[in-house]
Amino acid sequence: MTSPIPLPPPHGWMLPPLIFKPASNATSTSLESIWNQPPPKLPGKKDLFIEADLMSPLDRIANVSILKQHEVDKLYKVENKPALSSSEQLCFLVRPRIKNMRYIASLVNADKLAGRTRKYKVIFSPQKFYACEMVLEEEGIYGDVSCDEWAFSLLPLDVDLLSMELPEFFRDYFLEGDQRWINTVAQALHLLSTLYGPFPNCYGIGRCAKMAYELWRNLEEEEDGETKGRRPEIGHIFLLDRDVDFVTALCSQVVYEGLVDDTFRIKCGSVDFGPEVTSSDKSLKVLLNAEDKVFNEIRNEHFSNVFGFLSQKARNLQAQYDRRRGMDIKQMKNFVSQELKGLKQEHRLLSLHIGACESIMKKKTKQDFQELIKTEHALLEGFNIRESTSYIEEHIDQQVSPIESLRLMCLLSITENGLIPKDYRSLKTQYLQSYGPEHLLTFSNLRRAGLLTEQAPGDTLTAVESKVSKLVTDKAAGKITDAFSSLAKRSNFRAISKKLNLIPRVDGEYDLKVPRDMAYVFSGAYVPLSCRIIEQVLERRSWQGLDEVVRLLNCSDFAFTDMTKEDKASSESLRLILVVFLGGCTFSEISALRFLGREKGYRFIFLTTAVTNSARLMEAMSEVKA
Amino acid sequence: MDCYTANWNPLGDSAFYRKYELYSMDWDLKEELRDCLVAAAPYGGPIALLRNPWRKEKAASVRPVLDIYSASGMPLASLLWKSGPVVSLGWSAEEELLCVQEDGAVLVYGLHGDFRRHFSMGNEVLQNRVLDARIFHTEFGSGVAILTGAHRFTLSANVGDLKLRRMPEVPGLQSAPSCWTALCQDRVAHILLAVGPDLYLLDHAACSAVTPPGLAPGVSSFLQMAVSFTYRHLALFTDTGYIWMGTASLKEKLCEFNCNIRAPPKQMVWCSRPRSKERAVVVAWERRLMVVGDASESIQFVLDEDSYLVPELDGVRIFSRSTHEFLHEVPAASEEIFKIASMAPGALLLEAQKEYEKESQKADEYLREIQELGQLTQAVQQCIEAAGHEHQPDMQKSLLRAASFGKCFLDRFPPNSFVHMCQDLRVLNAVRDYHIGIPLTYSQYKQLTIQVLLDRLVLRRLYPLAIQICEYLRLPEVQGVSRILAHWACYKVQQKDVSDEDVARAINQKLGDTPGVSYSDIAARAYGCGRTELAIKLLEYEPRSGEQVPLLLKMKRSKLALSKAIESGDTDLVFTVLLHLKNELNRGDFFMTLRNQPMALSLYRQFCKHQELETLKDLYNQDDNHQELGSFHIRASYAAEERIEGRVAALQTAADAFYKAKNEFAAKATEDQMRLLRLQRRLEDELGGQFLDLSLHDTVTTLILGGHNKRAEQLARDFRVPDKRLWWLKLTALADLEDWEELEKFSKSKKSPIGYLPFVEICMKQHNKYEAKKYASRVGPEQKVKALLLVGDVAQAADVAIEHRNEAELSLVLSHCTGATDGATADKIQRARAQAQKK
Repeated sequence: MTSPIPLPPPHGWMLPPLIFKPASNATSTSLESIWNQPPPKLPGKKDLFIEADLMSPLDRIANVSILKQHEVDKLYKVENKPALSSSEQLCFLVRPRIKNMRYIASLVNADKLAGRTRKYKVIFSPQKFYACEMVLEEEGIYGDVSCDEWAFSLLPLDVDLLSMELPEFFRDYFLEGDQRWINTVAQALHLLSTLYGPFPNCYGIGRCAKMAYELWRNLEEEEDGETKGRRPEIGHIFLLDRDVDFVTALCSQVVYEGLVDDTFRIKCGSVDFGPEVTSSDKSLKVLLNAEDKVFNEIRNEHFSNVFGFLSQKARNLQAQYDRRRGMDIKQMKNFVSQELKGLKQEHRLLSLHIGACESIMKKKTKQDFQELIKTEHALLEGFNIRESTSYIEEHIDQQVSPIESLRLMCLLSITENGLIPKDYRSLKTQYLQSYGPEHLLTFSNLRRAGLLTEQAPGDTLTAVESKVSKLVTDKAAGKITDAFSSLAKRSNFRAISKKLNLIPRVDGEYDLKVPRDMAYVFSGAYVPLSCRIIEQVLERRSWQGLDEVVRLLNCSDFAFTDMTKEDKASSESLRLILVVFLGGCTFSEISALRFLGREKGYRFIFLTTAVTNSARLMEAMSEVKA
Repeated sequence: MDCYTANWNPLGDSAFYRKYELYSMDWDLKEELRDCLVAAAPYGGPIALLRNPWRKEKAASVRPVLDIYSASGMPLASLLWKSGPVVSLGWSAEEELLCVQEDGAVLVYGLHGDFRRHFSMGNEVLQNRVLDARIFHTEFGSGVAILTGAHRFTLSANVGDLKLRRMPEVPGLQSAPSCWTALCQDRVAHILLAVGPDLYLLDHAACSAVTPPGLAPGVSSFLQMAVSFTYRHLALFTDTGYIWMGTASLKEKLCEFNCNIRAPPKQMVWCSRPRSKERAVVVAWERRLMVVGDASESIQFVLDEDSYLVPELDGVRIFSRSTHEFLHEVPAASEEIFKIASMAPGALLLEAQKEYEKESQKADEYLREIQELGQLTQAVQQCIEAAGHEHQPDMQKSLLRAASFGKCFLDRFPPNSFVHMCQDLRVLNAVRDYHIGIPLTYSQYKQLTIQVLLDRLVLRRLYPLAIQICEYLRLPEVQGVSRILAHWACYKVQQKDVSDEDVARAINQKLGDTPGVSYSDIAARAYGCGRTELAIKLLEYEPRSGEQVPLLLKMKRSKLALSKAIESGDTDLVFTVLLHLKNELNRGDFFMTLRNQPMALSLYRQFCKHQELETLKDLYNQDDNHQELGSFHIRASYAAEERIEGRVAALQTAADAFYKAKNEFAAKATEDQMRLLRLQRRLEDELGGQFLDLSLHDTVTTLILGGHNKRAEQLARDFRVPDKRLWWLKLTALADLEDWEELEKFSKSKKSPIGYLPFVEICMKQHNKYEAKKYASRVGPEQKVKALLLVGDVAQAADVAIEHRNEAELSLVLSHCTGATDGATADKIQRARAQAQKK
């Protein structure tokens, strides 16, 4: 007799599940697998609409042939124009912004009016927001489009630089008070800790840093156990809000990489060198990172050294070429097969960077760069304020550049704790006359962000104080400064500068070839505040003794240290430091910290919401006519 | 061992049946079982008794009582039956008690007598009444089949997902069938019924007459029918005293037995087990129990008391007022080992172990015997397996001991089966305990799975035991302990006599941060019980705001939800709450709420900025935020308005707002802009060209470039353009026009407020050295050197520098000296320097 097969466990004998199991993110073991993660798929031929901000990151990950593999036919930029696409499928790769939703809605609704049906897919990066879905619904197209997410959050730009490529973070958070990206940052941190183990020592300063940190902690707790027990690979993490130090970001950059960024704009780690650099009729897109050997040697150098270095390099190269002479056949064969290619490559890069240098020089001399730098240094050191103010006025009157003028005004305001009312009014008037009245809104933005403010009546003390400090000895001045600054409320740059010794006392010429401190990134005139804070905290392993500075930064409630007793951390890992800039960091800061790392035996890794510079900050604050 | 097989009864040649006691019942029943409606759930489930049913006493003055007991007779619940007359009781797969009433309503009760829900078997039943009902189990769940007064059948294959199916009519059916049953074949439920000598099979579509193959003739009626646990076999009891056994498909006959009793049996159930050698049917009459199989003789037992049979997967449970017994076919492994004079390896191993304990050398002989046959592995396996089928812990132990003994002589015996059996038996012995009362056999347990067993313990509120089992079996927390704690907490929140604080605290103490426990689920349960405050307290323990917020919204605690969402930092969540609030509150309250939550406010502003501009304005208005209101109108003047009048009006509104905001500067600037706009418009009308939206500076420049110098100066005066700017502006514009004459005139109009170096620079920019030289002479002394160098007059520059005795200027000139042409100059400078140093 055949034996009966036992019944499967009867369905319904089980109670309904009551257990929450967090959907564990696919934790990958290397960063490569994160950024190689392709965008969601949509089968069939399609046209792809990309938001301008996402173009560079996408380009970094997927070149045209990969897009073709995904059956992308044509590429369009998302802009306020009707699309002429004839494809049956439209795919949108956008940031989750209402503006974009309205654009898509207008497209879809136009199609509807024309009686046309196609497939629409919206891919949000890095995540979908409820508000966007709401707008799609309000516009009546929620049912017509399918949505997806491309959780692309970290782009490794270099061996030590991770970017979230969220330039809008700055404006969204620091101007609009919109906290939407903080969660994204927390998730990125979480991702890093799943990859590199827990961070035993955490420091941070700034409101946003604190929020991001707490959110991240919550994430870790929720997903309990995944990182626990792992050996930490990175010993310290330091979170820093951009508004803790606006000054550094507003200064003209003079380190090569920063200067290239200021002049040509580095996008996603690569730069477009125009014909004036390539000395041909074509533009060339060049990837700037540690793999470019020439660049790697000059990126952190003060610009004044770069030319000398490059010419030395050129001579060496020539010498290597010259070795050919007097070679026998065999040696020649070796040379051609092994060295020549490398030399040629180096030669190509060398000529590019020399071209870039020349182009920078040309541009800078035109604008009287020396004068500009001198003014900046005067502002940083707090002398000749009157002269600097009239320099700025002249700058505005001559319509040199709206962004530059704005930058100088902001620098003046921050270093001086706000402009005195007369200057505040006259500079703004001049600016409006020069660059257009719509900038009234820009000023309102800058004021809200604390970048360009008017001195409150009590603040005029600083003017007195700066006079006093010139008369009295440094030590006494310090005391007076303290007394004054406790009265003032806002940016207390001058007092902080004293406390942290940001303006190095120079005996004789500052040798930029052999830098002594981080001030070299600003020609020896100023140690970047952000970097100095990091240095000080790392030295003390806490904020202890920096209470006064923290108070002056108005961050009393937002400076934190969190040390876990972590015996497992190897001494190797304790030398690794992840610095997180919320709101962007500049190449000068990166260079300064790289220098600090070499001096103190640390290795810094940078995570930033985006690489920024003064122009980008100002543009983010500017209101432009639509 | 001789006595061990004393309760074994052979059936035919191949199989033995044994009956042993599970529990002695002390449930102290007042009535006889025959006076009650009885339902016992399979898998050692609970027993329900409904005493005092209606059919006995018509006087409805005494309400019947529904009692629920565990299989060991421990009372679980007792309640007074207040609804209508009940026809039948049955347990569902989830151990819910289904009570089918005469009016077709089915009331569902929990294990503890708690009313869960009810449903109806259709309207038709209301008139016709339910005559009979069966509760049956399928792979989908539990089904109910009823027979109505109109002799029609209705069934639902799954009460969890109620779909009623009215079965087709049986032709010519005038009276109730003599017996019927629900059958499940090929995932479809059928009804098999007997009317007189005929059998009918009802499916959804049709009614077909069926005949069991090989049925002895002379049958005029079927008195009883039984389907096996797995729906594979069918037994029919005829009025001739025959029992026909075959497959449920009625295609094959297994055997037939004449029991010579014509009285209708009280119950007839199958007694078989997976892989059984012999299939048997157990027939019960009032005082007699008969086990019938494919054998000439049957096994007979005398029943001292009124008894009730419960078919199980691998046997039959029989309970009466005093005892609860289990009757089953002796499993193969046990039979091999315990059969008298068995030489099976397992038997020998058991013997060897016993001798070993007695320190007799016979142990070695037995062992050697097994080893010589190479059957030691088999022997160990047999002992392990047999242990699983034993009810008495002593016997389990001695079998396991034998297995363990045998294992010592094996090199590579995988330990899993032994370890697992030990664990399983420990669990089984624990749940079989009198106090727990779940008499599962090993096969049933394996079929049920540990998860289901745990759920059943949870259902019986035996949380500590369930947790102990989880910990003992080292189940992952999420599947095990956490799950049970969560259920416990859900039970706890239903204890209405305990205060909210105490419940919340008790739950948090027990649960702590146990991974996988969702406080929001528990809170949802509390809310379901109407304990909103408790739910809120519990939500405090929920670490994930994403889980807190939806429930808070459901509970209409929107403001709390909003602050929780903000705390979470998840803007999406905040937005969800915002839109919820927007719909829930009136506009004023909504704005007031926003006002206290800056983060939410800025989020909503962002949304409005793009999607609801008017709302944005209202928001600013409500806050008296005139500054932002002003900015709002300024923006509108650029973006929204096209016509000049509209733009000016918008600017006027903005200016008013700025005044209110005490921002005089912005107000004035805005008014200037209004003036400028009007003026630009006029310029466009009068002069043509493009003026609108140019800055003041650019407007003046455009005028100069267009040759309207007068107008330009007028404009500059009107708008109080500072002299310096005007000079820069004019200088640049005239140089662009290359109108050198006008430039010269201009330079002489009065003393330049910007000096004359810019004149030099601008001329040089246009490569006009001649003009540049004119101005170089007028440059003030501080900048003279620079100016001279610009026009290329190195020699003179050197003279001036020497005259100034200015070191910086000297080096500047020197750096401009190129090779041969300026050799003399260079020497001159060097000399001057040397001289200066001497001094």
